Amino acid sequence: MIQLSENGYYGSFGGAYIPEMLYPNVKELQENYLSMIYADDFQREFYYLLKDYVGRPTPLYLAENLSAKHNATIYLKREDLCHTGAHKINNTIGQILLAKKLNKKRIIAETGAGQHGVATATVCARMGLECIIYMGAVDIKRQAPNVARMKMLGATVISATSGSQTLKDATNEAIRDWINNPVDTHYIIGSVVGPHPYPDLVARFQSVISEEMKSQLLEATGRENPDLIIACVGGGSNAAGAYYHYLNDLDVRLIAVEAAGEGVYSGKSAATSILGTEGIIHGSRTLLMQTTDGQIVEPHSISAGLDYPGIGPLHAHLITTGRAEAVSVTDENALKAAFELSRIEGIIPALETAHAIHALEDISFKSSDVIVINLSGRGDKDLNTYMEYLDKY
Amino acid sequence: MLNRLTKLFENKRENLLTVYFTAGYPKLDDTETIICSLAESGANIIEIGIPYSDPLADGPVIQESGMAAIDGGMTLQVLFNQLTDIRTKTQVPLILMGYFNQLLQYGVDKFLDDCVKTGIDGLIIPDLPLMEYEQFYKDKLTQRNISISFLITPQTEESRIHKVDALSTGFIYVVSDSSITGMKTGISNHQISYFERIKSLHLSTPQLIGFGISDRESYLTASKYANGAIIGSAFIKHLKDKNEVDNATADFINLILKP
Repeated sequence: MIQLSENGYYGSFGGAYIPEMLYPNVKELQENYLSMIYADDFQREFYYLLKDYVGRPTPLYLAENLSAKHNATIYLKREDLCHTGAHKINNTIGQILLAKKLNKKRIIAETGAGQHGVATATVCARMGLECIIYMGAVDIKRQAPNVARMKMLGATVISATSGSQTLKDATNEAIRDWINNPVDTHYIIGSVVGPHPYPDLVARFQSVISEEMKSQLLEATGRENPDLIIACVGGGSNAAGAYYHYLNDLDVRLIAVEAAGEGVYSGKSAATSILGTEGIIHGSRTLLMQTTDGQIVEPHSISAGLDYPGIGPLHAHLITTGRAEAVSVTDENALKAAFELSRIEGIIPALETAHAIHALEDISFKSSDVIVINLSGRGDKDLNTYMEYLDKY
Repeated sequence: MLNRLTKLFENKRENLLTVYFTAGYPKLDDTETIICSLAESGANIIEIGIPYSDPLADGPVIQESGMAAIDGGMTLQVLFNQLTDIRTKTQVPLILMGYFNQLLQYGVDKFLDDCVKTGIDGLIIPDLPLMEYEQFYKDKLTQRNISISFLITPQTEESRIHKVDALSTGFIYVVSDSSITGMKTGISNHQISYFERIKSLHLSTPQLIGFGISDRESYLTASKYANGAIIGSAFIKHLKDKNEVDNATADFINLILKP
């Protein structure tokens, strides 16, 4: 049974390793999140917004050309069709409603690719709350369209200039903002990372993905369970959502696709499950890339959303216990897969998602298998990167 | 059994000056010089920061000094090597401040043993949960006579303050305001009322006020409401670009201690 312990651990991973300054806010969340999010009025508003504002349920699309190419039955769970273009908004809708219940007036968030930043800025605009987004200076450059969207939505985007100036550092800056503003501010973490209860909270909001998959697959194939679910993992929120209702269905293979960057052992990689060791990052005990001295190592991936040196504690548990299989895909193969999906299915995926598409080449499966790939986001934000490779692929 | 830190509290309970510096900053080999100069100039307790790539509770000044120290070659092993002979030079109470991941990677038992070997009296590990300390590490520290100090903030509930009082064996680190280190200077009225509230609890563990203590005035004000104060970022800022860390350290302490 995969289950969260009372203290917020999946096996030996998780917990809340936080300085005292964060303790009251985290404890308030720990004590109240389950009763608040499962209250009838909360659930009603959450599902109403997911339906009419986000556009859920998202289609489960039978990708016939991709299926023919890889000789299996492949479905794409179309999270790219969510409002704002990725699964991230499932979580921000939930957390903004939670922030309202907690009487918070000011919202902060970190963002890597900018999808979580846009999704946060969107719900803040909708709910009339002040919104501050921390984003690494490097990511601000490579994800310019999303920076513009956040600003148009009324958010303040603050450049994180410490460390590697990517997602890790944006997260550090957001946590520091929360320390400096403990009373009026809620921190909307974008992935299944951070101190307990965030990994569980975010997984529950994202679990709508696998909830829909069950009924959609039943209708399409006559059974609720696919043989494989493939999802990319940076922190791991889309994967957590796609796996959630299948975690204890052992007949479903869970494939976690990490970013190998320029090659797992090239020194420029973000393949945490291979390169990582057990430690603490952003308040959570998990696998992370670090030196023997415990200094956190700067990762590398062409995709800003996978450019994170840790993984959520749920994924660390799933991978180390063998429940999930980790696969890593290089920058180049992700680009190849992005062009392939665009050309044969007419869908331009996000660079993060492209890693999951390429995993079809890296794992074995039977022709009778039903595979669901979580198409976590659309590729508009990555067009600048894609254009550089237009002649090559 | 007393260590140098707890012995200090037996003998002196007022205006205790604690100074933080980042090990390996400004230069890798400055550790011993800074410790000796701080002690000779009159600092009562010295807090040695183990530089960390991702120090969540610290502001830009301490983070940048940490990055410079790491780039300069500082590691926990190097630091313990530098401290091998420190007890032949000074008997000032020494405490190490670091994040829990650093101890986990070094090995907690080995870390504690090396603390004993080098003569470290106490620890501050801001992200070590109280419950985890109590369950797994309290006995290990007690056996080795190493003190630990936990933090409280203006938002810490009274029941938890008493828990911190019960578990802290060095002092209680009273975080002066809701902030990371080095962000604010000076002491406001709402901070004074918070200090008075803590003082009125008559806690059994000594209290030192830190964060935002940057000069003689804030040191003296804080010391009115606690057993002393902790200065960190202001000292790091002062050391920046200094070649003669010996004199620079003495100058800084003189500014704090001499009217």
